[in-house]
Amino acid sequence: METYYKSQHLADFPKISESSPELGKKFFDYYGAVFADGALTAREKSLIALAVAHAVQCPYCIDAYTQDCQQKGADLEQMTEAVHVAVAIRGGSSLVHGLQMREHAKKLGM
Amino acid sequence: MRPAALLLRLGEISGELAQDRETPRATQSLQRRAALLASPQEQLRLLRAVLLHTEFDALAGSALKPAPLEIFQVNLGKLCNMTCRHCHVDAGPDRTDEMMDDATLDLVVDAIRRTGAHTVDITGGAPELHPSFRKLVQAAVDAGKQVMDRCNLTVLLLPRNAGLADWLAERNVEIVASLPHWRRPNTDAQRGDGAFERSIRALRLLNAAGYGKGDPGRRLTLVSNPAGAFLGASQASVEREWREGLQRNFGVTFNRLFVLNNMPIARFLEWLQASGNLESYMQRLVNAYNPAAIAGLMCRNTLSVGWDGRLYDCDFNQMLELEIDLPESGRKGGPHIRDFEEGSWMRRRIVTARHCFGCTAGAGSSCGGQTA
Repeated sequence: METYYKSQHLADFPKISESSPELGKKFFDYYGAVFADGALTAREKSLIALAVAHAVQCPYCIDAYTQDCQQKGADLEQMTEAVHVAVAIRGGSSLVHGLQMREHAKKLGM
Repeated sequence: MRPAALLLRLGEISGELAQDRETPRATQSLQRRAALLASPQEQLRLLRAVLLHTEFDALAGSALKPAPLEIFQVNLGKLCNMTCRHCHVDAGPDRTDEMMDDATLDLVVDAIRRTGAHTVDITGGAPELHPSFRKLVQAAVDAGKQVMDRCNLTVLLLPRNAGLADWLAERNVEIVASLPHWRRPNTDAQRGDGAFERSIRALRLLNAAGYGKGDPGRRLTLVSNPAGAFLGASQASVEREWREGLQRNFGVTFNRLFVLNNMPIARFLEWLQASGNLESYMQRLVNAYNPAAIAGLMCRNTLSVGWDGRLYDCDFNQMLELEIDLPESGRKGGPHIRDFEEGSWMRRRIVTARHCFGCTAGAGSSCGGQTA
């Protein structure tokens, strides 16, 4: 592999089913059902997906859900706020572990 | 009105528009900039040059058949107070040459009186800027038709149109108003800075005139389209968000929402090309081809009449100068409203080209919103 990431992989995603059709079908059926309008709208789910895409730093998901959010009527302000939600949770989750650090430090220190 | 008198009135109106510092303008017309793509032939050439793996007729050809006439759509001309980036008409304040004269308007009114179509759909440009707009509305109302005014909203705030919202409300004219999005960013990106604020003012004016309050005689329909090279959102899915968003933030109410796709024509085509999105957008439209969208396409049940009385299958074909293909049309100058006859119209072949993929992509797109 010349590079680890190729944008064509996004379009080729369904091919993953070729090696395991049953599991592939179950996954994609489930995936489709997750993103349908429900108690949350498809647009709200797409914004959550965009935030998660940034948290897991998946370039395929960022590409796909940027377009999907725009197509579902979200604008750049809303999408940027969604990314900040991911950033806040990532940053906050690091910072809250600081309390673990403090407990260890207090136990060991004088 | 005689042509000389029409010219005089148009001169007055274009003088007012030139003085108008309130209406936002996102760009200038292709015509004004003498751009190559001002020519419909150049637009068609550019569309033909895009690499696509199929053609519209190969997918839709035999399924696309005329249906009984329901909508009589009249395009009064290309004059508009705005210059939105996505305009398929290439309308603007400079477009005073292409405006319907009174002789043609009289022929249109004759045809409206004869037609079985239940709805008269008036468009432009901003049709409200045409000196004979009220005359046409009144004639269509008197003929017992439902009348739709395709309105850009900001035109209602011009001093010359003071009282127009009430006048239209008294005649039960439906307002079909363009609003790209219920929030400011995407609306201003497409229509110019400040367009959103003025659109909200116009919507409040319409609400005050009784529009969008549940009275079936005062229906306010909003028309949204994407601010970019992607398809429209699902109408059913976003309508609740729009309703809540407009009500909560601006106290504005409306009756229904249409979501349209942007057509790769005129200024949107220019933007697609300039932004490097043309090929991927066309491929996106083709890949999203939805056979279920065919049945509801406007070209099946709509007659589109141009400012000069020429006939087309839809407003998009009109802008590309792709005239209607009637079985008996051998007349010099092309099929014209003076010769309109519904029987022959039903036997036409609907004229298509690559831009038609815009109407069949995703949930479909038509003058009446999504079709599938």
